Amino acid sequence: MKNTFPLALLGAALASSLPAMAQDPVRIGFITTLSTPAGYLGEDARDAFRLAMEQQGNTLGGVPVELVVEDDGLQPATGKQIADRMSLDGISLYTGVIFSNVLAAVVNTAVKNDGFYLSNNPGPSNLAGEQCMPHYFAAAYQNDVPHEMAGLAANDLGYKNMVILAPNYQAGRDALAGFKRTFKGHVTEIYTKLNQLDFSVELARIRSQAPDAIYQLHPGGAGINFAKQYGSSGLNKSVPMLVPIFSMDERILSATGKVAEGVNIVSGWNPQSDNPVNQAFVKAFNEKYNRAPTVYAAQAYDTAHLIGSALKATNGNLKDPQAFRAALRAARFDSVRGEFRFGNNQNAVIDWHLLRVEADAQGKLVEVLVKTIAKAQVDSYAAKCAM
Amino acid sequence: MLLEQLLNGLQYSALLFLLASGLTLIFGIMGVINLAHGAFYMVGAFCAAYTAIATGSFWLGGLAAIAGSALYGLVIETGIIRRLYNRDHLDQVLATLAVVFFTNELITLLFGRSPPAMPTPDWYNAFVEVFPGLMYPVSRLLFIAAGLLVAIGMWLLINHTRLGMLIRAGADDHEMVSALGVNIARLYTLVFVFGCMLCGLAGFMAAPLLSVEIGMGEKVLITTFVVIVVGGVGSVRGALVGALLIGMVDSQSRAYLPLLLDHLLPAEVSSALSAGLISASAYIVMALVLLVRPRGLLPARA
Repeated sequence: MKNTFPLALLGAALASSLPAMAQDPVRIGFITTLSTPAGYLGEDARDAFRLAMEQQGNTLGGVPVELVVEDDGLQPATGKQIADRMSLDGISLYTGVIFSNVLAAVVNTAVKNDGFYLSNNPGPSNLAGEQCMPHYFAAAYQNDVPHEMAGLAANDLGYKNMVILAPNYQAGRDALAGFKRTFKGHVTEIYTKLNQLDFSVELARIRSQAPDAIYQLHPGGAGINFAKQYGSSGLNKSVPMLVPIFSMDERILSATGKVAEGVNIVSGWNPQSDNPVNQAFVKAFNEKYNRAPTVYAAQAYDTAHLIGSALKATNGNLKDPQAFRAALRAARFDSVRGEFRFGNNQNAVIDWHLLRVEADAQGKLVEVLVKTIAKAQVDSYAAKCAM
Repeated sequence: MLLEQLLNGLQYSALLFLLASGLTLIFGIMGVINLAHGAFYMVGAFCAAYTAIATGSFWLGGLAAIAGSALYGLVIETGIIRRLYNRDHLDQVLATLAVVFFTNELITLLFGRSPPAMPTPDWYNAFVEVFPGLMYPVSRLLFIAAGLLVAIGMWLLINHTRLGMLIRAGADDHEMVSALGVNIARLYTLVFVFGCMLCGLAGFMAAPLLSVEIGMGEKVLITTFVVIVVGGVGSVRGALVGALLIGMVDSQSRAYLPLLLDHLLPAEVSSALSAGLISASAYIVMALVLLVRPRGLLPARA
C-alpha cells in the first residue's frame, strides 16, 4: 500500500490555509508596561481594550482585529525594539504605551510607512505643538492639561499658598510647570526622586511650611507610598491634598484606605458618571475582571472604540491612510468620558471634573463629583501645530 | 523640624541596616553577590500583608513574613546558591538576577499585580509626643526600635555566641574554618537563611508604610549595596555605620539642600541642581569613603 499520509497532510495544510486567506484580521500592536510596580497600569489598559474587542465578537467596528501585546518594562529602548519588530512584521496600527519616555522612543517607528499611533495615555507637549504629526493622535489627553485644570481648581478652592511635588523627570517637571501656568497663588516646588520609597523628609518640609494645600503627581506605586505616608504623618487632617487622577487611581485608592478621605481629584473621567456608555463599561469591566477599572482602562476602552469607528468608516482598509486619518479625526464614537472631539493638533478635547473622595452610606470610599472645572478644554500647544 | 528630620533619617537608616546586615554577611562569609536579597524582602512584605489581611492580626503578619522569607531562602539556598560558592562573581550575578525575575513572576502568579493594603492596629497609627511640640508616628518609631533591637541582637550573637564566633571566623577565612572541621555547608545555609529572616523583618516593618508591590526589592537593593561597600563587606558593625551614614546623608540632604541652594542660587538653577545632588548624594559619599578607605570604614578583616 502506498504511503498516502504525506499527501493527506499536504491536503489538510492547504485546506486549513484557505480560510485564513479569505479575511486577515487587522493587527494592532499593543506596546505597554506589564512588569515593574507600574505594571497594573498596562494590565488595565490591555484588559479594557480586550473587553472592547470581545463585546464586538473580536472585531472593532465590524472589522476582525487581532491584538498583539508586548511588555516594554518601562524601558524606552525595549519599547523601540518591540516597535521595530512589529513594523518589520507588517503591523501598521499601534497603541498601548503608558509612559511618555517610552512613547518618545516608539512613536517615530510606529508612524513610519503610513503607520498610525493612537495614544491611550501620554500626550507629550512637543507632539501637541511644533512637532505634531498627521499619523499621531492623543486620544487620552495632552500631558499639561490635567495640571492646568488643577491650578484652576486650586484657585476656585481658595488656596493661596501651596506646596507642589513631583518626581524629578520630564513628566514631573511638565506637570508642575502646567500647574504653575494657571495657579495664581504662591508655590513651593519640591522634586522627589524617581522611584523614591520614603517621603517622610518631604512631608516634614511640608509640615514646616504649613501651606493651604498640596498638589502632587506620583503615579503607580509611588502614589500609594505617598498617600499612605501622608495619612500616617497626620498631615491629611491639617493640609488638604489636591491630585490629578494618576496620583489617586482606583488601585491607589483601595491600597491607601481611610486616609484618602477628603482628597480632591482632577480627572477627565468621572467613574460614577451616569453617562450610559460609562455605566455599561464599568459594569462589564467589573463583571469580567472582578475589579474596578482605573482611568487607564477607561482611556484604553475609548481608544479601542475610536479605532473601531475609523475601521468601520473605511471598511478595515488601511491602504488609504488619508481616508483612515480623516475617519480618526472625525472621532465618531461614544466616549465613556462624555463629549469627545479632537483639536486641530489631534489631541483630545474633553471636559475636566473635580472629584472628591468621600465615604458612601456603607462606609466605602468613592469619588463624588464636586463640579466640572472646564468643558471641552483645548491644550496650550494647539496653536503651535500647523495641522 | 530638625528633630523630625533626624528621626526620619534614623528610620531610613534602620531599613537600610536590616537589609544590609544580612547582605554583608552573605557577601562577606560566602563570597556570593546576592542580587536576590531584595526579592526576599518583597516575599516578606507580601507574606506580612496577606497574612494580616487573612487573619486580621498584625503580629501574625510579622511572624509570617519572617517564616516565609526564611523558608523561601532555604529553598533558594539549597537549590541554587549552594552551587555558586566556588563560581565566578559573574555567574553569581546571573543566577541571582534570574532568581529576582523568577520571584517577581511567582508573586505575580500567586497574588496578582495590584498592591495590597496591609491592615494595621489602631495603636500603630497613633502618635507620641517625642519632644514637646513634636508628634511623631508610632509606626516609624517601631521601625527605629526594630533596627536598634536587631543591632543589639546581632552584636550579642556575633560577639558572645559560638555561632557568632564561627561567623566571624568564616568572614575572615572560610577555607581555614572548613579545614578545621566545621560543617561549612550547614554554616552557609544558616547564614543565608538568617539573612533572609532579616529581610523578612524589614519587609514586615515596611509593608504598612511603603507600597507592597512587585519589584519593591530592586528599588532599595542598590542603596543596600552602597551601604555595605561603604561600611566594609562582611562586617555587621560596618553595615550599621554605613546604614547610618548613607541614611542620614540621603535624608538630611533631601531636607536641607534645596533650602540651602534656593538661598544661594537663582530658582531655575537651584531646583535642578539640588535634585541632581540629592540623587547622587549616597554615591558621592561612597566615592569619598573609598578614596580614603578602599575596603570600607570598618572592614571585617583587621
